[in-house]
Amino acid sequence: MDAANYLYLSALLFTIGAVGVVVRRNAIVVFMCIELMLNAANLSFVTFSRINGDLNGQVIAFFTMVVAACEVVVGLAIIVTIYRSRRSASIDDASLLKR
Amino acid sequence: MMTSTSLVYLIALPLAGSAILLLAGRRSDKWGHLLATALSASSFVVGLYQLSLMLGRSTGERPITQKLFEWISVGSFKIDASLMLDQLSICFVLLITGVGTLIHIYSISYMSHDPDRRRFFAFLNLFIAAMLLLVLGDSYLNLYVGWEGVGLASYLLIGFWNQKPAYATASKKAFVMNRVGDMGLSFAIMIAFATMGTVSFSGVKEAVDHTSTAALTGIGIMLLVAATGKSAQFPLQAWLGDAMAGPTPVSALIHAATMVTAGVYLITRSNFIFDAAPTAQLLVVIVGAITLMFGALIGTAKDDIKKALAASTMSQIGYMILGAGLGPVGYAFAIMHLLTHGFFKAGMFLGAGSVMHGMNDEVNMRKYGALRKFMPITFATFGLGYLAILGVPPFAGFYSKDMIIETAFNSGGAKGIILGCVTLLGAGITAFYMTRVMILTFTGKSRWDDEAHPHESPWLMWLPMAILAIGSLTSGYLLSHGDALVNWLSPLFENHAEHAELLSPLVVSGLALAMVAIGIAIAFVKYSRNEVAAVAPTDVSIFTTIARQDLLQDRFNEAVFMQPGQVLTAVLVKTDEAVIDGAVRGVGRIALGSGSALRGVQTGFVRSYAALILIGAVALVAAIWVVTQ
Repeated sequence: MDAANYLYLSALLFTIGAVGVVVRRNAIVVFMCIELMLNAANLSFVTFSRINGDLNGQVIAFFTMVVAACEVVVGLAIIVTIYRSRRSASIDDASLLKR
Repeated sequence: MMTSTSLVYLIALPLAGSAILLLAGRRSDKWGHLLATALSASSFVVGLYQLSLMLGRSTGERPITQKLFEWISVGSFKIDASLMLDQLSICFVLLITGVGTLIHIYSISYMSHDPDRRRFFAFLNLFIAAMLLLVLGDSYLNLYVGWEGVGLASYLLIGFWNQKPAYATASKKAFVMNRVGDMGLSFAIMIAFATMGTVSFSGVKEAVDHTSTAALTGIGIMLLVAATGKSAQFPLQAWLGDAMAGPTPVSALIHAATMVTAGVYLITRSNFIFDAAPTAQLLVVIVGAITLMFGALIGTAKDDIKKALAASTMSQIGYMILGAGLGPVGYAFAIMHLLTHGFFKAGMFLGAGSVMHGMNDEVNMRKYGALRKFMPITFATFGLGYLAILGVPPFAGFYSKDMIIETAFNSGGAKGIILGCVTLLGAGITAFYMTRVMILTFTGKSRWDDEAHPHESPWLMWLPMAILAIGSLTSGYLLSHGDALVNWLSPLFENHAEHAELLSPLVVSGLALAMVAIGIAIAFVKYSRNEVAAVAPTDVSIFTTIARQDLLQDRFNEAVFMQPGQVLTAVLVKTDEAVIDGAVRGVGRIALGSGSALRGVQTGFVRSYAALILIGAVALVAAIWVVTQ
């Protein structure tokens, strides 16, 4: 199978993730979309690793997973704290920096 | 030149007194005046000791110096803070410390009811120290420090009773007008340094020969400006009348005997410059001639006894400046008149203070009258000063003033005749206004209010007056006997060729005495025969009105300098606000405007930021794609 198809899939997943981040208001959904974008990037790395025949891309994919796991821990904690204090998980409500 | 190690004590003693009294504060209230007087007197003793040493040396070795410390050292430019005592300085040192000590003694009693007497004595000591530095400095820069110091002391003492706004204004006026003159002195120093590379008296004297006349004229004119400011000469004379706001001992010491004569000292000290710059020397004579008439005319119209004496001081210093402007023949006579004037004018000011002391500080002579019976000692001492200033033989003024008149007549050509006539006329007017002061104050019927209880002053006050009166009687004879002062000072000045005599001394004295007699006669007819009004009459001629307003000098200054100056500052303030502040504020406003325009982007919504990042990333990738294609 043509390796380019994986790249097309990666681009599609990334676009879905990006659109989700921009248009959705629920913080959990936004967060999931970010994960989707990260994994789209991972797919690209792995694909290029396959195309080039070396392991660099796969190693970076592992790095990304570690970073994503950490990010989930911190990010979910923040979202839960914001929800507790503001009774809302909408990211549009958390626009305090403007004022 | 010989060096000495004891000159510094002349200055250090009164300076220490001033520092102690100011730092110790109220704790020294009880003994401060005694300490200040003792230190001033000890400075006088040091001066006498130096005089005795100087008399013991031969003529060529009389000047001595003392280097205190290296003051400024920038590259090849070196200035030492050093003192120099020569035949001219010692005259001033003895005048300053001698008259100064007498006035300290007088002030103990005169200021005894003042709660701030200690502060007054601290300032008096500060003045003595600064004035001694002025006459002992061996370079123009050292002189300048003393010059500023006496200006400061004068300011502090004129405004001593600064709780009265008018007095505070008077001190400010004196300070500001003095600043104009000080600017002249600093310009003179700058020109001297630029053209000669030195500012010491001896260095400048040597450099005069190979310096252009234009530069010398520039220095001379700037020195003259300095002298007009400090010595209240035309056109910077307006401050002296208002300076009478200070306590009377201050008027006697600073504004009659010593500080206001600093201009004469400066010109005499710079004789080598003026001798080489005839234009500047001519200007000196003109300034002196104008001021001596100016002061005399103001003196005729003043009812305030201190202001009448101040106008007289202005006029007498005009004589000195004129004498100093006549060149080598006149310097010694200018100094002689300065010394005799120091005695009789200080004596008369102290007399005026004594009268005020007995009359509840009333200064209006129209409220005096018949005080001769109540204040016999004041009358006697004031009378001796009066005879001295008139130039009646054998009193001091006869010797010193007649010498200036004679020298003026004999200075040659039309200039000599004009100057001679001016000085002669000035002598007549002096006789008129001084006789007027005598008649209004001491003779006639009493015109004072019922509250006044005129009485003679205590001995602490009349003793200095008596000593100064003896000086008024004898100093002229002592200084001119066998040309004592002229010979004493002659090593300092260029030797001069004798001028052809236009008028002999005897003729000049006769003419002067005739003018004086006329002046006295007019004053007697005007004030002794008729009743003197207790309130100044208002239906007087235009000339009297103008003279009462100091010959409109304040109005002139206001119209020519103050108002255009205010317009200029207003324009400058406007320019500052519109252009300079405007530019700064404009930059701020641009930053502010662009900031608020950009602020619209900052919505606070995370999603919009994410969208912007996305758009940016897409745009970046697109750009790279376009470029690499």
